Amino acid sequence: MLSGPLFSEGVLFFSVSLQLRLVWGCDTMSVNQQAHTGHSYGPPQPGYQGYQQPGYGGQQMPGAHHSQYGAYNGPMPGYQHPAPPQGALRAPPTSGASPPASGAPVLAGQPVYSQFGQGDVQNGIATPAVQMQRPSISQPFIPGTAPTAVSQPATFQQYGPPPTSAQQLTNHVAGMQISSVSAPAPAPAGLGYGPPTSVPPASGSFTATGSGLYTPYSSSQGPLPVNMTHGLPSTSLAQGLSLAQPNFSGPPLSTQHLPAQAPGFVPPPSSTGIGPSSYPPTTGALRPSTMQGPSLPGQAVTGLPAAQPNHVSSPPPHPAMSGPPMTGTQGPPPPTVHSSQPGYQVQQNGSFGQVRGPQPNYGGAYPGTPSYGSQPGPLPPPKRLDPDSIPSPIQVIEDDRNNRGSEPFITGVRGQVPPLVTTNFLVKDQGNASPRYIRCTSYNIPCTSDMAKQSQVPLAAVIKPLATLPTDEALPYLVDHGEPGPIRCNRCKAYMCPFMQFIEGGRRFQCCFCSCVTEVPPHYFQHLDHTGKRVDFYDRPELSLGSYEFLATVSYCKNNKFPNPPAFIFMIDVSYNAVKSGLVRLICEELKSLLDYLPREGNMEESAVRVGFVTYNKVLHFYNVKSSLAQPQMMVVSDVADMFVPLLDGFLVNVNESRTVIVSLLDQIPEMFADTRETETVFAPVIQAGMEALKAAECAGKLFIFHTSLPIAEAPGKLKNRDDRKLINTDKEKTLFQPQTSFYSNLAKDCVAQGCCVDLFLFPNQYLDVATLGVVPCQTGGSIYKYAYFQLETDQERFLNDLRKDVKKEVGFDAVMRVRTSTGIRATDFFGAFYMSNTTDVELAGLDCDKTITVEFKHDDKLSEDSGALLQCALLYTSCAGQRRLRIHNLSLNCCTQLADLYRNCETDTLINYLAKFAYRGVLNNPVKTVRDTLINQCAQILACYRKNCASPSSAGQLILPECMKLLPVYLNCVLKSDVLQPGAEVSTDDRAYIRQLVSSMDVAETNIFFYPRLLPLTKVDVDSDTLPAAIRDSEERLSKGDMYLLENGLNIFIWIGVNVQQGLIQNLFGVSSFSHISSTLSTLPVLENPFSKRVRSIIEMFQAQRSRYMKLIIVKQEDKLEMLFKHFLVEDKSVNGGASYVDFLCHMHKEIRQLLS
Amino acid sequence: MATYLEFIQQNEERDGVRFSWNVWPSSRLEATRMVVPLACLMTPLKERLDLPPVQYEPVLCSRPTCKAVLNPLCQVDYRAKLWACNFCFQRNQFPPAYAGISEVNQPAELMPQFSTIEYIVQRGPQTPLIFLYVVDTCLEEEDLQALKESLQMSLSLLPADAFVGLITFGRMVQVHELSCEGISKSYVFRGTKDLTAKQIQEMLGLTRLVVPVQQGRPPQSPEQPVISSRFLQPVHKIDMNLTDLLGELQRDPWPVTQGKRPLRSTGVALSIAVGLLEGTFPNTGARVMLFTGGPPTQGPGMVVGDELKTPIRSWHDIEKDNARFMKKATKHYETLANRTAANGHCIDIYACALDQTGLLEMKCCANLTGGHMVMGDSFNTSLFKQTFQRVFSKDINGEFRMAFGATLEVKTSRELKIAGAIGPCVSLNAKGPCVSENELGTGGTCQWKICSLDPSSTLGIYFEVVNQHNAPIPQGGRGAVQFVTQYQHSSTQKRIRVTTIARNWADAQSQLQHIEAAFDQEAAAVLMARLGVYRAESEEGPDVLRWLDRQLIRLCQKFGQYNKDDPNSFRLSDSFSLYPQFMFHLRRSPFLQVFNNSPDESSYYRHHFARQDLTQSLIMIQPILYSYSFSGPPEPVLLDSSSILADRILLMDTFFQIVIYLGETIAQWQKAGYQDMPEYENFKHLLQAPLDDAQEILQTRFPMPRYVNTEHGSSQARFLLSKVNPSQTHNNLYAWGQELGSPILTDDVSLQVFMDHLKKLAVSSAS
Repeated sequence: MLSGPLFSEGVLFFSVSLQLRLVWGCDTMSVNQQAHTGHSYGPPQPGYQGYQQPGYGGQQMPGAHHSQYGAYNGPMPGYQHPAPPQGALRAPPTSGASPPASGAPVLAGQPVYSQFGQGDVQNGIATPAVQMQRPSISQPFIPGTAPTAVSQPATFQQYGPPPTSAQQLTNHVAGMQISSVSAPAPAPAGLGYGPPTSVPPASGSFTATGSGLYTPYSSSQGPLPVNMTHGLPSTSLAQGLSLAQPNFSGPPLSTQHLPAQAPGFVPPPSSTGIGPSSYPPTTGALRPSTMQGPSLPGQAVTGLPAAQPNHVSSPPPHPAMSGPPMTGTQGPPPPTVHSSQPGYQVQQNGSFGQVRGPQPNYGGAYPGTPSYGSQPGPLPPPKRLDPDSIPSPIQVIEDDRNNRGSEPFITGVRGQVPPLVTTNFLVKDQGNASPRYIRCTSYNIPCTSDMAKQSQVPLAAVIKPLATLPTDEALPYLVDHGEPGPIRCNRCKAYMCPFMQFIEGGRRFQCCFCSCVTEVPPHYFQHLDHTGKRVDFYDRPELSLGSYEFLATVSYCKNNKFPNPPAFIFMIDVSYNAVKSGLVRLICEELKSLLDYLPREGNMEESAVRVGFVTYNKVLHFYNVKSSLAQPQMMVVSDVADMFVPLLDGFLVNVNESRTVIVSLLDQIPEMFADTRETETVFAPVIQAGMEALKAAECAGKLFIFHTSLPIAEAPGKLKNRDDRKLINTDKEKTLFQPQTSFYSNLAKDCVAQGCCVDLFLFPNQYLDVATLGVVPCQTGGSIYKYAYFQLETDQERFLNDLRKDVKKEVGFDAVMRVRTSTGIRATDFFGAFYMSNTTDVELAGLDCDKTITVEFKHDDKLSEDSGALLQCALLYTSCAGQRRLRIHNLSLNCCTQLADLYRNCETDTLINYLAKFAYRGVLNNPVKTVRDTLINQCAQILACYRKNCASPSSAGQLILPECMKLLPVYLNCVLKSDVLQPGAEVSTDDRAYIRQLVSSMDVAETNIFFYPRLLPLTKVDVDSDTLPAAIRDSEERLSKGDMYLLENGLNIFIWIGVNVQQGLIQNLFGVSSFSHISSTLSTLPVLENPFSKRVRSIIEMFQAQRSRYMKLIIVKQEDKLEMLFKHFLVEDKSVNGGASYVDFLCHMHKEIRQLLS
Repeated sequence: MATYLEFIQQNEERDGVRFSWNVWPSSRLEATRMVVPLACLMTPLKERLDLPPVQYEPVLCSRPTCKAVLNPLCQVDYRAKLWACNFCFQRNQFPPAYAGISEVNQPAELMPQFSTIEYIVQRGPQTPLIFLYVVDTCLEEEDLQALKESLQMSLSLLPADAFVGLITFGRMVQVHELSCEGISKSYVFRGTKDLTAKQIQEMLGLTRLVVPVQQGRPPQSPEQPVISSRFLQPVHKIDMNLTDLLGELQRDPWPVTQGKRPLRSTGVALSIAVGLLEGTFPNTGARVMLFTGGPPTQGPGMVVGDELKTPIRSWHDIEKDNARFMKKATKHYETLANRTAANGHCIDIYACALDQTGLLEMKCCANLTGGHMVMGDSFNTSLFKQTFQRVFSKDINGEFRMAFGATLEVKTSRELKIAGAIGPCVSLNAKGPCVSENELGTGGTCQWKICSLDPSSTLGIYFEVVNQHNAPIPQGGRGAVQFVTQYQHSSTQKRIRVTTIARNWADAQSQLQHIEAAFDQEAAAVLMARLGVYRAESEEGPDVLRWLDRQLIRLCQKFGQYNKDDPNSFRLSDSFSLYPQFMFHLRRSPFLQVFNNSPDESSYYRHHFARQDLTQSLIMIQPILYSYSFSGPPEPVLLDSSSILADRILLMDTFFQIVIYLGETIAQWQKAGYQDMPEYENFKHLLQAPLDDAQEILQTRFPMPRYVNTEHGSSQARFLLSKVNPSQTHNNLYAWGQELGSPILTDDVSLQVFMDHLKKLAVSSAS
């Protein structure tokens, strides 16, 4: 990243060139199967797509790939034959489509072939690779790759010399390779799948068709895989394993050698890391190529270096290598190839993305290194088909972690892109807010709205104003200006910040947002030094830091009165269901101890937060727990139609003073309702009651509502069951997300006015309309927790942990947030859990440390490159001790007149966060399909814009991804496949509404893990070290029957156990003797005294600690019925409910882009 | 004469009945000319220690429209085992159980001394008594404490199996659930929202499955106790609980800002109490006991706003139609009272506050249901404490002096019809042949419901003679009246008390002296006063006075002996001699004069006047004044300013107040401390004597009178000075001897002047 900007231009060029090379590679490949490729290129695309799919399919379903590959490997002809038939079968449609795309007249059979052909050439090679991969998949670690890797490492090192360029190159190469790979892949696909794949591609609906096709293929291919294995097989596998590891070690070295390259290299390692299964394949593929390469051996070697690093990378080099040569001649072919390959390439680019830098660099590098040319040539062919060659999230994360995790992120410089959210890094505040508080989609924003529109990159900031900081980072300083209050600009009311310009010797300051000049009040006057800085610059946090707090004066308070300390009110459903499930008893027991952990400020001895208790079913029960009482008093309010609070004194009490009464109450509540027969509940009156209580006590506060059922009792806010699955995929689907009645919106408004935040814990046994019940929590800045089919034994721990965390966490009340910006842009849209009564102020009854607000900016004027763009987020809130404060976060961004700068400084994770929230809000008013199309379209436009304006000219068929966005397709696909946008049969309406609301206030790290879960091979855990095993990509083909895996997505943790897992491990982890004895109903791992068990549990604990919610642990045994659920989270695969696989989607995206470009 | 006096007294003692006329004019025309209507004061539950109840059902006349009870006045054919109803002359068979009847073997109800007889009958389920406390918590700490203690104490006085419930109110209304252990539970209602009985029952979770109307009965009774058990519990069960609960009762916690009255939801609290009982225990004996320390200030039934700067309505405001909440509030409470009465429950009001509490608006709650109304300055006074204690007083049999859910039915022989009743009752709208079209008081019915009554509760019942002039009644004919009172005894038994009386008819033209001699002027005064007070409730004060005056003048014209236009010749016979004096004092009484009384006080006085028996009523009309001096034993003296002498101690009993007044000299002696000197022990005794007598009165009186111990020249002496006949005023002071009496500063006319005018008007030929 760091080097990115420097090399950017070069990179761009390079990338192009690389692509070209790739193309070349293809051609060369095609040479082998030339005729086909040449012609077919046009068609090939489809083929490619097809291939890609196949490839994907392969990844997903090794068999399929294998078959395809096999076809290739084995015998192109053979394949071709088979392919043709298929092609023929499918061809009609696909070919029809594909032909146009490719424009090449390929025979029906040929089209596929041709595609393949192109691919062939490369595919041929690729195929092998693919095959390799597939085998690998089937047998994750295909040695084959390893060997190649080994060789590659060497090459890398060789490349090493041309470090930066190398990296870039690698990236490009990767991209190239991808393309090339894709080409190959397609070929195989084309051959084998050809027909099918090509068809889909042609139609452009890769995903669907692709998948469809694939499956068949896979089945049919079954045998092929065998071939594959035969082809590259055992040896390669064996090697792969052994080699792969070596390679890994190798890569690091290489990285060391070439910092710049490192990225590129790193990928390899990471890829290898991940790859054990997947990568190896790729590499294997590459290697295979090398293998094939016999002719190319040399290249292979070189290729290895280049591509190897990251699967892709190695290929790219080859392409690059070939590229040069090709360029001249290939010009034409490439396009076709590219077109077909594009999808792949894209991915490659993506994967290379890491290499992003590289791409540019590559360009340079490549040019620089003629040698590459030769290398690439060989490599491309082998790799093309490799699913590993598409951009890998794991790789990107690992690279960033390795590159940026070590040194602190110093915020002094304008427009710096922070490390990824998955990287652990230390932040030093030197004038800009920490990325823990604010993250932007881009740190370099276009100067004009035209540019912004052209790029379609949303400008948004994800703000978490009260984020929790690691213990080694300082909390924002509290600045007390006394009576006069904070210094503010006279016109725009921005708060004093490091960017304010003091003039006239310090007597005035010019606002950095609106340029208005304001007098410095006498008490704040200070002389300036020779640089124009105030002498007290370092003494004042508001002049030197990005984040700080002001103590608010009374004029910042409601009714011009300092607020009372907030209160927590616990409102417990005591209807039959709640009592029967043991929930009521559980809550009461827990509260007894939990009340000692109410949030307190800093060094205060006891919390200032007062507590109150309410239980309810059809009526509400308030409790008087005044300390002077011998026993608590219960007050029943049955008049739910006209809710009021029956008592004032004694409802909200200090925990310590009233402890005995409270304990007595909590003891008695479960007894009192033990025999209840009441099954109906009310809901709105409960919130009303809490709000009224806070109003009566003149304080802000939080309601903790524990609720079990649809509120059907006669009362305001009564709901009816309107769940209707038939609405899914119709224009009326949106109604499922909309509240049934506007009553709750109005109620929420009242709550916000009172500073009453609502946290909702739901324990439904059936539909309870989360969409409606969630309205108030969502608009008051509260949280919703949902425990469907709550069972004491299994869900107790999760619920209690959530409750504890929720009660303890820092929270600000009665908050108002405003985001000010430099003239030229302004905040236009807000996403999250809050209420807005006007267009600028975000009102939050409560805001806790986990809540995030995403703000979108739009241009209303021009920005200048010189002054950049500033954001100031000011949050006025009441602390948990009742102190009124202002928290200020400042962030300065660069502005650009070149789109390239924009693309170079983007943050894909943040972008996804924005897009997901945008889409999830969209489903409220639009059919889900429209929302999905909008998303896809926007992404395509973003990428197309890049391609058109930033990437150097290359064949239209090539998919080129900006380095910073190479993961955009895979992540976007995850968003598109999520339950909200594409529900499966097992996903309830409530689940969807729940997730929709959950995501709306997630921060970037949470959306990242939520959409692309973390998958760790547990068997690779080193029990003696603190480091985690390298994550692997979310795809079934990466799983091995002999391993156990842990998958977390922020809501659940799965432990997947392969059928062939060593008994010893099972014994160690579960304390049972064999696989069949493992109970899949476990909700926690047994506590066993052995290193493995300890380590795994500590990892789980660590993960739990990282998340704002306690994750549910689900044990999934391979081939168990729960596996369906688990597979749902393998997001790179095609999902059962129609979600596209990564490969398919990439192809589809490529097609979209091409359409836009043409 | 003496015989008539004896007769009257004997009748009163035996039957609890006093008629204005004890010989009845035999025709309608004559009767109207008598001026004072034929009427009686009836004390249905007059204590009769010599009257053992009989344990069987009364025998009724078989004529459906009559259904009179077999009584000593019936003619019995012992051989045929028949009896003839003396009201409708229907001949009836005796029931089989009377097979052994004969002249020598008579059932009690045929014996003349059993003209009043009480039956205990086994009818319906026996439901325990119910006491529902409705307690205001917007009180000063001291008051609340005192009230809490009184309430706790009362638990020990309740019958052990009585059900008790508690509702507290302030800004909110809380219905306390008494059955729960460990935690006190209450249902809370907003004080500003009126709820229907159905809503209240729903909210309290008391709704029953609506049983199909046909055959709906059986399941109901067993369910009732279960349903209500949460709010109404047997005292013996929740004694401790309730004591603790009362102990923890807090003042209404809602803040009352400067210049505001606390928000008091009396209207809703009562409504909920009524609704609660209505839903759970209809038609059983139940007392809602409202303890309030101030006016209702919010919600339905509010009497005054919460702004202290707006004072509560005065008579002046009411006359000027300036009492903006009055009508609405009155309506609210009237509705409640009627509902309560319909269910046979009663409402007591214990209002203790220095200012008015809205009794004017709430009076009907007590008036229509037979409940008590007690007014005091504070709950922390002996007046309240002892009065409240006395509610639970017992007779010598250990039975509570209270009865519930009574219906009083009156049957008359055919020459008479019933015009109405005045007292703590509501009409049951039972039309019958003996109901007159002319109404006096609550008329149009021959049955009234008296939801709660005690041994002194007395109704005035007014009759009309309907016999036509041209249909003379045979000589020696007698008119008969039967009073049938069915009620729930405090022991929860159902009882029926039957009183049958008969009076002679006399021809007014030929036998006027008989009629005249049989005039009961005391009863007549009270009965006329009740009519007057009844009118005063709805008419302008002066109109009522004018009506009273006219009646008096007409009576004097009819029965006085005088020469036309010669006032000095005017004489009244003994049986009428006191009547004008009663009227004089009645005119000055707070029952008719609102001057110097708040609307609440007027309501309070009138409430009690309309239910006390004759003796007490007379005291109210004309207070009794006793004199204590060294010159002789204590003696009653004229209620006159001339009785106020320096060397006397006076004891005045006005029913509502007991005033002990030390004459000037006595007061000086007392100050000098003579009573402490052994040689002046007689003075000590003199001082003590009125105190002892006062104690005696205090012990029996309900409600406890205000006890005033004062002396000459003290401000409290006004209680005495305002009552005595102002024979000596600043106007005539010098015309009379200075030695005697004490002048009153008033413009009121004295009895002397009043009498002079009366004579003049009576003898005047102009009218």
